[in-house]
Amino acid sequence: MSQSVMSAPVKRPVRPTPGERTLSYVDAIREATDQEMERDPSVLVFGLDVDDPKAIQGTTRGLLEKYGPSRVFGTPLSEDAMTGAAIGMALAGLRPIHVHIRMDFLMLAMNQLINVAAKSRYMYGGQVSVPLVVRSMIGKSWGQGAQHSQGLYSFFMHVPGLQVVAPTTPYDAKGCLIAAIRNDNPVLYVEHRILHFQNGPVPANAYTVTPGRARITAVGGDVTLVGISQMQSECLKARLYLEEVGIQAEVIDPIWLSPLDINTIAQSVEKTGRLLVVDNGWVCCGASAEIVTQVTERLQGHRPFRMRRMGFAPVTCPTAPNLERLYYPDGRTIAAAARDLVEETRTGWMPRERPELNSFVFKGPF
Amino acid sequence: MLERLYRSLYRIRRLEEAFARVYPTDKIKSPIHLSIGQEAVSVGVCAALRSDDVVFGTYRGHALYLAKGGDMKAMAAELYGKATGCTRGKGGSMHLISTDVGMMGASAVVGTTIANAIGYAYALQYQGRDTLVASFFGDGGSEEGVFAESLNFAALKSLPILFVCENNGYAIHTSQERRQGKPDICARARAYGIPAERIEHNDVLYLFERTRAVTAKIRAGSGPYFFEVMTYRWREHVGPNNDFHLGYRTEDEATPWIEADQVTRLGAMLLPERRRQIQEEVEAEVEAALTFAEESPEPEPAELYTDVL
Repeated sequence: MSQSVMSAPVKRPVRPTPGERTLSYVDAIREATDQEMERDPSVLVFGLDVDDPKAIQGTTRGLLEKYGPSRVFGTPLSEDAMTGAAIGMALAGLRPIHVHIRMDFLMLAMNQLINVAAKSRYMYGGQVSVPLVVRSMIGKSWGQGAQHSQGLYSFFMHVPGLQVVAPTTPYDAKGCLIAAIRNDNPVLYVEHRILHFQNGPVPANAYTVTPGRARITAVGGDVTLVGISQMQSECLKARLYLEEVGIQAEVIDPIWLSPLDINTIAQSVEKTGRLLVVDNGWVCCGASAEIVTQVTERLQGHRPFRMRRMGFAPVTCPTAPNLERLYYPDGRTIAAAARDLVEETRTGWMPRERPELNSFVFKGPF
Repeated sequence: MLERLYRSLYRIRRLEEAFARVYPTDKIKSPIHLSIGQEAVSVGVCAALRSDDVVFGTYRGHALYLAKGGDMKAMAAELYGKATGCTRGKGGSMHLISTDVGMMGASAVVGTTIANAIGYAYALQYQGRDTLVASFFGDGGSEEGVFAESLNFAALKSLPILFVCENNGYAIHTSQERRQGKPDICARARAYGIPAERIEHNDVLYLFERTRAVTAKIRAGSGPYFFEVMTYRWREHVGPNNDFHLGYRTEDEATPWIEADQVTRLGAMLLPERRRQIQEEVEAEVEAALTFAEESPEPEPAELYTDVL
């Protein structure tokens, strides 16, 4: 498959049309897995707790009963070897889905992911491929803290041979997972614990959301907001706050971080002249750095633009709720930053909180 | 079978000696971790495997690749960095592979392929096939966390896998005694519920017989089995030379291993005429492989961007 970046952003509307079926993000993942397992007996799903009563927030519910313990199984607490085993299964022609209930746990699997999964196809001269899906969840709030909250996907964007996707809607959760399962390359599939509770339109049939295509989730002409993972929701809130002061934000969801659809973002910035990338991770050497750099490479010399990045505060995630609120960007702080960017001054404006925009509050425990 | 074992041992020995000879010319563009002295481990096990069985190995993998049936010319060309190499100049000496003969790869990071091997074995079990996996690693690999994790999973799922710990006594320049509180690797395998036995003296015939017996049981569903094969690396960790001058080991220590050389031992068991014939055939094969490597073209520049995804 070519690495070239595709244009033509996905045009699908984010709101359901009347009569359309609605599912939660969790059920969208479960349905995608179920449909692919039914279609293809080489698809397996395993990881810590995938077969326990909580079934990974419900994303694997019912699969054990339907497909049996050889295709759906909990593993020993051995992320390193189980990742290596997943690669071995893929080399033998299976299509494993390895599930991690927190992305932080992937740090135990880096040797296999970076040194083997990403490299096998290339260093073995194309003799093998590794069709592996690694699902992992980013936690947030209710004291997730230092080791349950990290969005570490930029580590994987750095490495050739891996693909990285962070869907933010139930529609994309299903379509991206099916695309990842059918992909002959290792795919890091990044979920967010808060996004699990989203509801949205999801077609009943199996479909794929194509790698390397971003989605314009709201159209506007004054500033381009790129929101990654759960920060996509915050950017959509920021857009509503910005309307109060007459600023029309265009919001883009990259969906696939690798391959990254820089064309769609660059075209938007060409129109708006302003780019604010809001990452669900730290700014330094992160996805936002890559996006801004690539847009600059496209536009420099023919379209001047102003930019800013936002992300986690450059500290370890604290657990006290008031500190944690300061740690993350949110709809209001994003709106404030975007207005300053548009007006080219520090306005000091902070929108008054609109509780109706906080439609969901996570109360744990996990 | 004696002839087959001898030919296999002799091919590996002579090709690696040729590599060592050529190495100072810089025609080989790859670090080489020679198997000289350790050939018996790969040969004894692989001779007892079926061609559709699968092996995973280490960066010291020339012997395993050849013993499992990998093409000698493609291997030589790979070390020379040529387009005709087994990975087209993308993997080098440390990442040999030949999927058509069941050589499924090798890692430059110690212990890494043990986990890939158990996954492959899981797939074979799931697919209901009666083939098995042999996982090769060193005494150093047994210290990695992935070793413990992999043995546990193999025992848990009763996987069709033979673990082969190739114990040459050293991780680079550090002896096993200086690295392991209890230098009994079989004991660690047994702790996970995997039957284990130590094969002494690098004995290729005994290893072959034991592998034949054990793999029959594994194929019948007995679950994993573990060999610790005692062997000795004659040359330096990486490169073509001896390294006794470094002082971390002595020539006296090496002497009994060299006296018990399995290439010499098996050669002496053949009729002299037959031995000579095999030797002549192998010499010609080695020479042809080096000529092939030398004369093969370099990879095209476009190769840089192929097979990333």
